Amino acid sequence: MKKQKNDAGTLGFVYNFFTTMQDNDINLIYEGEITHQITKAFLTLTEASLEKSDDSNTVQKRVFHVMVECLQNITKHGDKIDESEIIDKKFSKGILLVGKCDDEYFVTTGNIIKNDKIDGLSVMLVHINSLNKEELRALYIKQLNEGKLSDKGGAGLGFIDIARKTGRKLDYEFHPINENYSFFVLKMKISRQKH
Amino acid sequence: MERLEYQERDDTPLVILDAEKNEFLIAGKSLPEDTGAFFKPILNWLNQYATNPGEKTVFNFKLIYFNTATSKSIVDLLLVLENIHKNGNEVLVKWHYPDDDEDIQDSGEEFASIIEIPFEQVPYEYE
Repeated sequence: MKKQKNDAGTLGFVYNFFTTMQDNDINLIYEGEITHQITKAFLTLTEASLEKSDDSNTVQKRVFHVMVECLQNITKHGDKIDESEIIDKKFSKGILLVGKCDDEYFVTTGNIIKNDKIDGLSVMLVHINSLNKEELRALYIKQLNEGKLSDKGGAGLGFIDIARKTGRKLDYEFHPINENYSFFVLKMKISRQKH
Repeated sequence: MERLEYQERDDTPLVILDAEKNEFLIAGKSLPEDTGAFFKPILNWLNQYATNPGEKTVFNFKLIYFNTATSKSIVDLLLVLENIHKNGNEVLVKWHYPDDDEDIQDSGEEFASIIEIPFEQVPYEYE
């Protein structure tokens, strides 16, 4: 009997979830492990859906670009919780939401991060958010010129590039899970008008 | 020198490096899982070519999309081309961009500002 009750709950949840997605202009939602294969699959989906839209090539590419950079950030830098440390299994995965409303697209990602990395990441994000368009360009070129590909294959350019492509401040939060881990949520908006 | 050719895939570009035919092209999308590993043989090829380059090297980039790690690898390739140029050989980089894609055009300008070699922006109609 217990199972039936759960099923009924799930069915109701699916409907509520669907209407919530519609109400919030969410087109794509994924919860699970974020890998390169998954990234490629999203890109194929997004490309097909963008091609049907009236948005300019530049705007479509920016959405695509922002998705790639943040997903590759997660596949390269996202942390995996040690089995022994799992407090709650749900935190071993990541989430991606992509949506569109009248004047902008938004891409939101969430992934687990070790607490000892938060300070370094915050310093970088605060710095990037303090820069204007020209300063971001200068920082990008400096990093392009002087930076080296890390052993994880990152160029230290991802967040700078996201800030440039979106033309907005990076919107983010850290939600503490326990003394070792937090959940990092990043929301990026891409204007449907060229900037 | 042996020709190096990679077919285009979902996440990696078409690459043709052919010293005999004087053909140098990187085209399409570039967002490899491991960008450094993908570009390493390309960079190695170009470094070897630099020891005995042709009289005139025209290197074509015709990318429609690339991730930031690829940008870094492009700079590495451009630095080798810059050396070929400094050693007294003619080098021209042609940066092809879709005529409605200002971001790819801007990237070309940024690369041109980093290196000191003849750099030509070439718009084309993208379907």
